[in-house]
Amino acid sequence: MKIPLTLLAGALLAGLAVLAALVSFIWTPHDAAGMNIAARLLPPGGDHLLGTDHFGRDVLSMLMVGARTSIAVAIVAVGMGVALGVPLGLVAAAGRGGFADEIIMRGNDLIFAFPALVIAILITAVFGPSAVNAILAIGIFNTPVFARVTRGAALSLWTLDYIRAAEVAGKGRARISLEHILPNIANILIVQGTIQFSLGILAEAGLSYVGLGAQPPTPSWGRMLAEAQTMISLAPHLALIPGMAIVMTVLGLNLVGDGLRDLLDPRMRRAR
Amino acid sequence: MSLLSVEDLGLTIHGTPILDGVSFDLPVGQVLGLVGESGSGKSMTSLALMGLLPRGAQVSGQAHMDGRDLLALDERSLCGIRGKEIGMIFQEPMTALNPVRTIGDQVAETLVIHGAASRAGARAMARDRLDRVGLSDFPMDRFPHELSGGQRQRVCIAMAVALRPRLLIADEPTTALDVTTQAQILDLLKGLVEEEDMALLLITHDLAVVAGVADHVAVMQAGRIVEDGPTEQLFRTRRHDYTRQLFAASSHQPRRDTRPSAQPLLQVEGAVRSYTLPRRHLFGPAPQLHAVRDVSFTLHEGESLGLVGESGCGKSTLTRAILGLEPLQAGRITLNGQRVEAGRMPPALRAQVQVVFQDPYGSFNPRHRVERLVAEPFHLAPAPNRRDRVAQALVDVGLKPADMDKYIHEFSGGQRQRIAIARALIIRPKLIVLDEAVSALDVRVRAQILDLLADLQGRMGLSYLFISHDLSVVRAVTDRVMVMKAGEIVENGATGAIFDNPRHEYTRQLIAATPRIPPNWREREENEGTLV
Repeated sequence: MKIPLTLLAGALLAGLAVLAALVSFIWTPHDAAGMNIAARLLPPGGDHLLGTDHFGRDVLSMLMVGARTSIAVAIVAVGMGVALGVPLGLVAAAGRGGFADEIIMRGNDLIFAFPALVIAILITAVFGPSAVNAILAIGIFNTPVFARVTRGAALSLWTLDYIRAAEVAGKGRARISLEHILPNIANILIVQGTIQFSLGILAEAGLSYVGLGAQPPTPSWGRMLAEAQTMISLAPHLALIPGMAIVMTVLGLNLVGDGLRDLLDPRMRRAR
Repeated sequence: MSLLSVEDLGLTIHGTPILDGVSFDLPVGQVLGLVGESGSGKSMTSLALMGLLPRGAQVSGQAHMDGRDLLALDERSLCGIRGKEIGMIFQEPMTALNPVRTIGDQVAETLVIHGAASRAGARAMARDRLDRVGLSDFPMDRFPHELSGGQRQRVCIAMAVALRPRLLIADEPTTALDVTTQAQILDLLKGLVEEEDMALLLITHDLAVVAGVADHVAVMQAGRIVEDGPTEQLFRTRRHDYTRQLFAASSHQPRRDTRPSAQPLLQVEGAVRSYTLPRRHLFGPAPQLHAVRDVSFTLHEGESLGLVGESGCGKSTLTRAILGLEPLQAGRITLNGQRVEAGRMPPALRAQVQVVFQDPYGSFNPRHRVERLVAEPFHLAPAPNRRDRVAQALVDVGLKPADMDKYIHEFSGGQRQRIAIARALIIRPKLIVLDEAVSALDVRVRAQILDLLADLQGRMGLSYLFISHDLSVVRAVTDRVMVMKAGEIVENGATGAIFDNPRHEYTRQLIAATPRIPPNWREREENEGTLV
């Protein structure tokens, strides 16, 4: 089977961010939180490969540790969306047209009716800004997305004959959902997962940017951007570098999602 | 005079040979039937003529129409020919129309695209064409979903003949339709060809359809035309082996040596199933759809009982109720003396009835291996030596035990239907419901499956409820038959008696509409005894 080019390019970009995060656990060029006022606002090059910020912290080290935060928040938030949304979607599809379906889908509509970032701000404003609350807020908004995708895909499967055959074999709805529905919608969920993952990284950066995400001294891409904006004329690299990191990672993950869809969709496979 | 003359048409797709040396002539005002099994290349022939082949296709040969070689034209010239000089009708009227546009607009569109008329003029012509295909009672602003399958196919025909093309290509135009609708559509096509000086290339798998409509027949096998000639002559002589096999298979009568006992197995008494439809008015009563009304019958042990009826007559709903998947509003169903009730069936009771569905492609979870697929009913009756039982079941249906480690996509349609039968057999049910189980299969495969079913019935004492819209198959394999219409069973009795002597008006209509090869064309076959 031929691997789509978009998938390779995307994996390369996203893989870079993941690699940076992993390496940061054992090694960074400098201490990410270590200040050195004497060496502040250095341009990229020399001892500090990507320069330093206004406290003299090494930008590359902060970027690497910041990737950790972004990826951790996005993974846990997507995981929460999958863990809550997929079972809800399966239940709704299994009881299609019934009471449970109605409750779940109207609950979904309710969450969809609020702009995600505003609610995230509300949650962090009430419970205090922290990475955990950011995860919670992003995770809540991932749930209805997965519930809806799951339900839609499962509904079309419920009309197939092999589901009827399983019913005739006396299997209950829960069992059919797990044995027959879930494995056959897994590819759709994986694709949705990668796209939600990139949205999670964006949301985390957004929350940190307004000061509601990870708190200092934990480095975060969003906060690096926020701190750089006052010095944009003095040291433009401080804004450009974390900005580029966010764009590359999100672009990479979206390409991976696209590529996986091409790879996993049997209709696309036949076309090739 | 020949309108279309195809010479030595060859086709390869990505190097795989599809067609080889296909030649035929189609004179004006005549119908050519192109007959063959799935994969024989008959659809590809029509797509090659229209220049609609998939990517990677390489054609050779010539197809002359009005002095031009269709195969040598570029895309631009072909666009001017498609729809204008060659009209095409497809199998599936449900998907051939755009659901968000009215039927009038869709017919008028063809006219406007080819610059044949202004918007207003096109609408008037579209009206005229819709009248011609028998939709004079239908306003132009109807949407496709408001029409039945037969009516939609009429709209497709109106679109195809909107510009009075000289050549009409119909690819299985009636396969998705009920028999009575099929008869009307075939009459319409035949009438159009005669009155409008068209030529029709009719592609079908059904010999009986060809017998009634075509002037000439070409039989295709594996990308070649193996025999062709005037319809009656070809049907009488059958020079080629393959043609003979097709004929034998289409009228195949499985050998059945079972005697149904007098012991009732399945009893349905006064079954009623209705659905509540959405309210039309805020305070009005919600209307009811009566899918099954007051149906009663008995199926005896070792018996094959047929259930025939057209789509929407309630046979699927009745089937689901018998399988215990659908509750009844009134009446009762008992299997072996125990009550069948949706949601409340003990596994031991449920294990006595299994089912085989129509679609050999949608009947299996593509992610499981055959072993797991066939073993699924063990959920009802756990057994210790599952692998051995699966192997035995596969052998019973004519497959190999080693097949259990394969995935379903590695099998052909006929093999899949054997696997579906193995799945139904594995827990030794008393009753197997065959829901259009052979309808999607080619004639020769169908004959094999019917033989297999008859053989299994004899060996295991099974009872069959054989649901089908195909009267000839029902006639060949059932002891008794029931005819269902609009949720009711209108006639019920011994199969031979009903087919030879139908009492109900509807049964007569069904039998009259069923395409048949004229009996005297078959004489030779009977004189020679069995051919296969």
